[in-house]
Amino acid sequence: MVEGLRVDPTPNPAAPTVELRCVTHRFGDNLALNDLSFIVPDRQITVLLGPNGAGKTTAIRAITGALAPQEGTVRTFGSDPSEEGDLVRPRCGVVSAKPALYDRLSGYDNLLYSAQLYDVPKARIAERIAAAADRFGIGAALEAQVGGFSTGMKTRLALARSVLHEPDLLLFDEPTSGLDPESSLAVLDLIREMTTEGCTVVMCTHLLAEAEGLADHIVIMEAGTDLTAGSAEALTESYWPGNLLVLDAEVPDQLDRVANWHGVVAYDRVDVANVYLDGFGRVPEMVAALVADGVRLTRVEPRQPTLEDLYFTIRRHSKGAGLSPVTATGQVLGSLTAGPPVARAAVAGAAPTTTEVTAR
Amino acid sequence: MNWKRVWTVCRTDLKQLVQDKGYWMPMVAIGAIFFVVAPTILLLTITRIGDVGMIQQISKTLAVLPRAAQEQIQGTTPAGRTSYALAVFLFAPIAVVVPLTISTAVGASTIVGERERGTGEFLAHSPAGTREIYCGKLLASLIPGYITTIVGFGIYALIVNTIAGPSVGGWFFPTTQWWVLMFWVIPPFLAFTLSLVLRLSARVRSTAAAQQASSLVSLPLIMLSYSQSTGALFGAAVSGWIIGAVAWAIAIFSLTRGVRSVTRSRLLGVANGM
Repeated sequence: MVEGLRVDPTPNPAAPTVELRCVTHRFGDNLALNDLSFIVPDRQITVLLGPNGAGKTTAIRAITGALAPQEGTVRTFGSDPSEEGDLVRPRCGVVSAKPALYDRLSGYDNLLYSAQLYDVPKARIAERIAAAADRFGIGAALEAQVGGFSTGMKTRLALARSVLHEPDLLLFDEPTSGLDPESSLAVLDLIREMTTEGCTVVMCTHLLAEAEGLADHIVIMEAGTDLTAGSAEALTESYWPGNLLVLDAEVPDQLDRVANWHGVVAYDRVDVANVYLDGFGRVPEMVAALVADGVRLTRVEPRQPTLEDLYFTIRRHSKGAGLSPVTATGQVLGSLTAGPPVARAAVAGAAPTTTEVTAR
Repeated sequence: MNWKRVWTVCRTDLKQLVQDKGYWMPMVAIGAIFFVVAPTILLLTITRIGDVGMIQQISKTLAVLPRAAQEQIQGTTPAGRTSYALAVFLFAPIAVVVPLTISTAVGASTIVGERERGTGEFLAHSPAGTREIYCGKLLASLIPGYITTIVGFGIYALIVNTIAGPSVGGWFFPTTQWWVLMFWVIPPFLAFTLSLVLRLSARVRSTAAAQQASSLVSLPLIMLSYSQSTGALFGAAVSGWIIGAVAWAIAIFSLTRGVRSVTRSRLLGVANGM
């Protein structure tokens, strides 16, 4: 097991919709899942974030029982999906990375097939198909053969198919792959909308921008294992060392004086000065003091980390490359005391967090 | 097992088949050649030919048929007896070759095709059980071949009775043995062949490989069923029932074993060895 950190700020950890514990699966010599553990909180959007080959698709397959993992336990709605798939699969709606549609059938027939397999009552099938098609904007194309659909249309049809039977858990495997930005945004909006209707959503992506603003719960995966998991806030709290203030001045050397000032946790300067503070409340006081010292400031930017920053920080951490936060481009922003984030938080003088942090 | 789902899988496969001319045109062509074109030409040639010597020569060859078969032959003239023998005995294998050829072609691609198109992922995540998927696919492969055969059989009966009937004293086809052959002997042969073809389809990597492997499997089976069905027609009425019963027993055993070949990991294309 990789030693590291795991953050599980689940609102109700006693009843997650999905729970994977120490799941391992091999395809021949290829280790697809390696001691993977995470939970999917009820009625939230959980994003499985990781590069290609991280095991996201295999994890989705394990959740519905389409794949029975060789080791570990999977619980979906409290059942083992590989043994009690009959209880699990009817409650799941899946959109695969490849839309998995029947090209020779019409859009309507594709939806009809799904409705019948998922036992939608016969009397309600037509109504459900019409509603789903309208919702995803494909009502006018339903009678056309799917082979002639654009990628965007196919994705919309696959999304419509996934909600026909009103599932409790929606699993989207890179649903925006191959879509133009406008269609991607529309799809993400639709996914967001679904959680407001009480659905639990699991979405796989390798695109950080997609997870940003969408995810309630993030599981960062790499090489078949979970590096860490939690809400964006919890991850920030655990992995982002203090509050970063970016400063620049006409004479940058003059900024170095702040390194030893009260409330400054860490300081470095390459092109700009990166000042880690124990709180952004110190910024006005710091700026005033610099101005009073005759420093002509050209930039004062309190910086909150993006998911992208966090992601690369966590991945660097997992590779044992040190704990310094980095930018999306991999640029090291600071060099803090080595050790786990809790230790760094202590260095930073931050109050102990209430977030559950478990060794991983 | 949920038979509603079985039928849903089957019907959807059949719908796709209907949408694809590339599939059903050859089916119709094969049926037409074996059940309509060849018999019509042959029977017309025999009944309309003026060369009495040649007819008598062909008629003599009937002596090589088993005694039970010879006793069944009707007709008072050499042309009538020859027509009867050709209609009843020579074309028996047609009824076997056509469904096996068509159903093997459909069945070979049915599971591997899902995997290749990516739709296997949809089925693997769906509530449909693997047995339901297997049975649905089996029916979807069996129906086109069998329906073609039954329709062809009907047309064949019409042609035979119309062309050869007057020479043998009226409508004579189908005989009892043909009824037994069509509804008792052929279905288990078809089911047995498909049970093997579907197993192959579940295990191979591509449709092309499935087609090749299925041809290898179905060819000896076509020969076997050819000989057995001919024997069923040549022998006494009871022989058809016996051959059919044995074929059913083998088919049911093979189908039961074949159910295991469809797994969700195979639908996904991630089973070990794939």
